[in-house]
Amino acid sequence: MESVGDLERDLEGMREYYSQGKTKEASWRKSQLKGLLTLLKEKEEDIFKALKQDLGKHHVEAFRDEAILPKIAVLSTAEIVPEPLGLVLIFSSWNYPFGLSLEPLIGAIAAGNTVVLKLSELAPACASLLANTIPNFVDNKAVKVFQGGPTVAEQLLQQKWDKIFFTGSARTGRLVLSAAAKHLTPVTLELGGKCPAVVDSLSSSFDRKAAVKRIVVGKYGACAGQACIAIDYILAERKNISTLVEMMKVIIKEMFGGNPIESHSIARIINKQHFLRLKNLLEDPNVKASIVYGGSLDEDHLFIEPTILVDPPLEAAIMTEEIFGPLLPIISLEKIEDSIQFLNSRPKPLAIYCFTKNKSLERRMISETSSGGVVFNDAIIQYAADSLPFGGVGESGVGRYHGKFSFDTFSHEKAITRRSFLTDFWFRYPPWNAHKWQLLECAYNSDYLGLLLVILGLKKPRRGSYQPAYSH
Amino acid sequence: MLFVRVLNIVAARIMAIEGEKNVYEVEIEASSLVKEIRESYATGKTRSYEWRMSQLQRLVQMLEHHEQEIAEAIVADLSKPMFEALAYEVAMLKNSCSLAVKKLKQWMVPEKVKTSITTFPSSAEIVPEPLGVVLVISPWNYPFLLSLDPVIGAIAAGNAVVLKPSEVSPATSSLLAKLVGEYMDNSLIRVVEGGVAETTALLEQKWDKICYTGNGRVGRIVMAAAAKHLTPVLLELGGKSPVVVDSGINLQVATRRIIAGKWGCNNGQTCVAPDYILTTKDFAPKLVDALKHELEHFFGENPLDSKDLSRIVNSNHFARLTKLLDEDRVSGTIVHGGKSEKSTLKISPTILLDAPRDSLIMNEEIFGPLLPILTVEKVEDSFDIINSGTKPLAAYLFTSNKKLKEQFVMTVSAGGVVINDTVLHLSVAGLPFGGVQESGMGAYHGKFSFDAFSHKKAVLYRSFAGDAPVRYPPYTKGKLRLMKALIGGSILSAIFALFGLSKD
Repeated sequence: MESVGDLERDLEGMREYYSQGKTKEASWRKSQLKGLLTLLKEKEEDIFKALKQDLGKHHVEAFRDEAILPKIAVLSTAEIVPEPLGLVLIFSSWNYPFGLSLEPLIGAIAAGNTVVLKLSELAPACASLLANTIPNFVDNKAVKVFQGGPTVAEQLLQQKWDKIFFTGSARTGRLVLSAAAKHLTPVTLELGGKCPAVVDSLSSSFDRKAAVKRIVVGKYGACAGQACIAIDYILAERKNISTLVEMMKVIIKEMFGGNPIESHSIARIINKQHFLRLKNLLEDPNVKASIVYGGSLDEDHLFIEPTILVDPPLEAAIMTEEIFGPLLPIISLEKIEDSIQFLNSRPKPLAIYCFTKNKSLERRMISETSSGGVVFNDAIIQYAADSLPFGGVGESGVGRYHGKFSFDTFSHEKAITRRSFLTDFWFRYPPWNAHKWQLLECAYNSDYLGLLLVILGLKKPRRGSYQPAYSH
Repeated sequence: MLFVRVLNIVAARIMAIEGEKNVYEVEIEASSLVKEIRESYATGKTRSYEWRMSQLQRLVQMLEHHEQEIAEAIVADLSKPMFEALAYEVAMLKNSCSLAVKKLKQWMVPEKVKTSITTFPSSAEIVPEPLGVVLVISPWNYPFLLSLDPVIGAIAAGNAVVLKPSEVSPATSSLLAKLVGEYMDNSLIRVVEGGVAETTALLEQKWDKICYTGNGRVGRIVMAAAAKHLTPVLLELGGKSPVVVDSGINLQVATRRIIAGKWGCNNGQTCVAPDYILTTKDFAPKLVDALKHELEHFFGENPLDSKDLSRIVNSNHFARLTKLLDEDRVSGTIVHGGKSEKSTLKISPTILLDAPRDSLIMNEEIFGPLLPILTVEKVEDSFDIINSGTKPLAAYLFTSNKKLKEQFVMTVSAGGVVINDTVLHLSVAGLPFGGVQESGMGAYHGKFSFDAFSHKKAVLYRSFAGDAPVRYPPYTKGKLRLMKALIGGSILSAIFALFGLSKD
């Protein structure tokens, strides 16, 4: 990492480049976005390799989740002109290192900003690949990439930015927001939370099977549960739980085979620290006792097999902290409607997944709970819906992006008013009197007839509407 | 827990200085207020259209029945001309409230959005929902408008609200507390009066949004407090809003509009007041003459005696402003006015010509009746000067030159830009009002108020049918091919891939 002095010089240079106006040109922005597209196409194999190395991700999962490119529409009316914010800082995360770097980067460039991208050191092969390839595909004077850990992040946060975009944990999110407050820098925080799957009784066995497949892949197929939108835990009626568990066991075997580590279809845990964290969640004897499937951990390979628990204690860490791993607690309820109160007594999650055909539950889930988003009868997939904003609320985040929302998040919407010299309302100006007040009142209320009548002296002042304490 | 609380209260009472609250009391009050309101909010009452409409309609009634009282309180606090109090606060509030009443149903409707092949089959919508319990901290210069305008947005969006009006305008603060107490649903909408101690205690609490209107120094304090709870903020700050004046314009109209925006709006104590002027060396004398001429029309020969000018709000600000003029190299540049009267806290409209660029008056937001004019060689030079400073809340340009207008709009960054007028962009329906960088973050007014206090929840409806097996392990080459084709959006390649006909 370069010294603080060098960093400040670099940023000065970027601000200088920005002030020359190049990044505002539509042609420049298009060329940059094309460059990134080319990067993704040409480096596809390398990307898969790096993801395999850092996370043990299967390349199909990688492609499915990281190769998405948004279409950005640039809208401008005569009255609201979007303009770039200037120099923006993007922090990406380790679990989807390409997607979470490139998607915000694309939005920032499309909006005409200069960008500093700080990659996560926890996915070093991916960070190294991005740091080495991005400069070959985009304008280096406008886009700079940094690798490194917390020290680098802290140094970057001391500087003044026009926007900070952060994907990560709520704890670090608070630090980012505090640093931003010193410079009044606006931020977008994409955090996480405990995303619940509320699973209602489903009468059709076709629906049940589809639901279970989507739940299994929405947990274990999403970077082994290490995703902000992975299903964290399940809420279901007590009477349905044993069937649910049995179906899940069958589907897990179908998808990942008898010995999941050999399927190479589940990511491994990112590092020892997180592995031990997850191992610790299972240490509590009451939690351990609630395991109904899986539970075996391979510390050498940082691999945890798909694990299901039924009714671990609600005060245990596994039910109070975001799990971010392949452990799936199922909490039993008397009736499914109890899920609403359960959710409302906990921090707002990034997503609520609700598997149901009951329209009334659907409506109540939308209007009585709060979360970043809601998905009915599926999980994770909202990430691919470009027309929907992606972001949290409360503990799960501030702001949003994806598609056009990416462009907006990195823009300032400047309001423009144009007036001619011709129409001038003389009653705007002092000295004030009752007559002028009357006219202004009419103008405010768009009461043009009244306006005319007052001007012609045919309408008297309203009683009590204007009592000058003095006379003119 | 209860025992400790009682002990604290008893201790607080024992330690209290008569008539003044101490830190413990104030903190306990703030935290129990928020707890109480959260409990009311949790009942779900605010989410109904009926509750929101009832509150908005009560606000309209309140404004109509107490118009006179409200105007008088504003005049008492600021010696604002009655006209300004009625026109720029009461009337604007009534408008804002009526608009909300008229449009609320529309604003609450979820927005349907198109979905693409990547989530087929599905339907989607964006559903606005309240954030929860919000805090509005308002300033002294438009104490009624800037208190209730954000509150209107918060209520329309279905939130519970705590309003903390400025103690620098005490008459309006106490009137607000009284009227809100009488007219609004007190279980969900409250006014807390007080100063720094009360505001600090409120800022310690967890809110779902904080709206602050005021200066950048306190804006940072608010944002830092909000950061602890990951609370989003709407900050309406200020800055030095420049006016660029070109030649070849209707000078009389331009001058009137500048005067109305500067001295006709609380005597310069307005966040979007023209702060300083930029014009060419050649044009400056004409502009100064026109300003002097029109100023006399507006405020008479002795402006200190005019009833149409607000006074300076208090002696702190009076001292601040006179100090700006007293600075050595500045006092010599005064070309008009410069008179002040400490006993009445009045300062007359003052114009300065080419005060030094590094003087205080050219670097701090003036927020008063002093108008420096800075001259440049060519009018375009002024754009660079503006862009070299921090981004203001508003930027104004008077010109008849079409190209200059477009250049200004494209290159000058500010919260809002107005061509050939000042200040009134605030009242244009459909425009967001807010700053950028030092001048603020977020925006409101009209529908933007509703949006500012809402969370736009993304909702995706999927059916159980239509599952692409590509999603599920075990992952195969065939699935990869199919997925690529699907994401690429080409139906033909998807079909080829399905039949194993692609070239990969």
